[in-house]
Amino acid sequence: MKAALRALITFAGLLLAWAALVRWAELPHYILPGPERVAARLWSDRALLADHALMTLAEVVLGLLLGTLCGVLAALALMASTAARRWLLPLLLVSQAVPVFAIAPLLVLWLGYGMASKVAMATLIIFFPVTAAFYDGLRRTDPGWLDLARTMGASPWTLLRHIQGPAALPALGAGLRVAAAVAPIGAVVGEWVGASAGLGYLMLHATARVQTDLTFAALFLLALLAVALWLLVDLLLRRALPWLPDSHGFEG
Amino acid sequence: MPPGADPLSPPSPAIHIRQARLELAGRVLFDGLHLDVAAGRFCCLLGPSGVGKTTLLRLVGGLTPPQGQTRIQAGDGLPLAGRIAWMSQQDLLLPWASVLDNVMIGVRLRGGRPDSAARERALGLLQQVGLADRVGDRPAALSGGMRQRVALARTLFEDRPIVLMDEPFSALDALTRLRLGELAARLLAGRTVLMVTHDPMEALRLGHQVLVLTGLPASLSAPIIPPDDPPRPPDLPELLHLQGRLLAELAREVGP
Repeated sequence: MKAALRALITFAGLLLAWAALVRWAELPHYILPGPERVAARLWSDRALLADHALMTLAEVVLGLLLGTLCGVLAALALMASTAARRWLLPLLLVSQAVPVFAIAPLLVLWLGYGMASKVAMATLIIFFPVTAAFYDGLRRTDPGWLDLARTMGASPWTLLRHIQGPAALPALGAGLRVAAAVAPIGAVVGEWVGASAGLGYLMLHATARVQTDLTFAALFLLALLAVALWLLVDLLLRRALPWLPDSHGFEG
Repeated sequence: MPPGADPLSPPSPAIHIRQARLELAGRVLFDGLHLDVAAGRFCCLLGPSGVGKTTLLRLVGGLTPPQGQTRIQAGDGLPLAGRIAWMSQQDLLLPWASVLDNVMIGVRLRGGRPDSAARERALGLLQQVGLADRVGDRPAALSGGMRQRVALARTLFEDRPIVLMDEPFSALDALTRLRLGELAARLLAGRTVLMVTHDPMEALRLGHQVLVLTGLPASLSAPIIPPDDPPRPPDLPELLHLQGRLLAELAREVGP
């Protein structure tokens, strides 16, 4: 509760500073609109904004699910087979040298202006952090547990199922938190490159038409969406891993 | 029949270690080492740290590949693999599993599902170690001594004729260690036990025989056999005398 109050105070303080800057610097509203203008726009164009926000939300959530699935499978494959480690791991590392933003136009070319190219962007951007985090977690099982499991006659599968897997869940959780934070970036970049809907698309068009207040309204929704998503993932992870001592979050 | 031993368990075999050799990073820790643990007896292995006690134990447990001529055999000629239970200094409890599930983890690791008979047996063992009222708790809710008692119950649940213990009580305070040692000696009676410890008094209270591993390359002392059956009371005068002898033996190799 205290954390929520602190967040609210910080938010109010930022709004005040913003309003004061606009007032005193006498900035024209098409350069930097004041918070009251943005709020008015949020309300008057709520239907339009909601439509585009839902589109972006769908892209982000789909990308998050798909990216997590691929990341978990890749980590398991790396864990399960030496061949995968030899062939897939270098490929994965080198693939990170290619900026995802650079291939965004190609994705639009191949997958079209619709949702698929944005989901692919979000998936690509999430895939690596999830794979790396989960694989790392799987590899770092306490050697004492491995010894114990060996004397108990564990097979590689039961070891993964009952010890390595559960032990790696906190690491996977850390990867998922990162993924939740970067997934909206992927979707929005995809929308910038070529789209007919979504908050990124809306921002681009509003800026071009000097409707800066609409840009800010869309930006505000995007930030809200990202924070909500992160909080949701965090909540789900806490529920799923009740045995983990609470060592992160805003409290404390 | 000693208390704690399962009437259905096969008799515990002796362990014979022959020509054990261990080379770590170009340093020969021991070579041509012989060690015998009599069938159904509790043997304590003492020695300064770094002498290779733990590695010797891991060799017997099949956790370290044998080097050179090393041969490790059971007295009955059958293979050791699959007949060993392992207990280490860390309790190695799974933090996500309940106390009861931790005790029965071996069943799951062997690809099975604990049935009601397994549950009954696990609950009985938890009662024997005095944790009948904590079976549903997660390990984080328990004290260090309780956690190690769960680890002891898990070791007993495996019901193996041979039990290897690597300083199982050394992370505990003196009083908890005393009680847990007695509990372990009582519940493990009848099994062949090899326990590594660095506490001479603990070794003298719990072991049918006490061996000292010292030197580089390391060699074993003649076994010390304390009077009567373990667990022995900590205030037995003979133990104090033997403890002095053990400490002298341990200090001899370390030098000034």
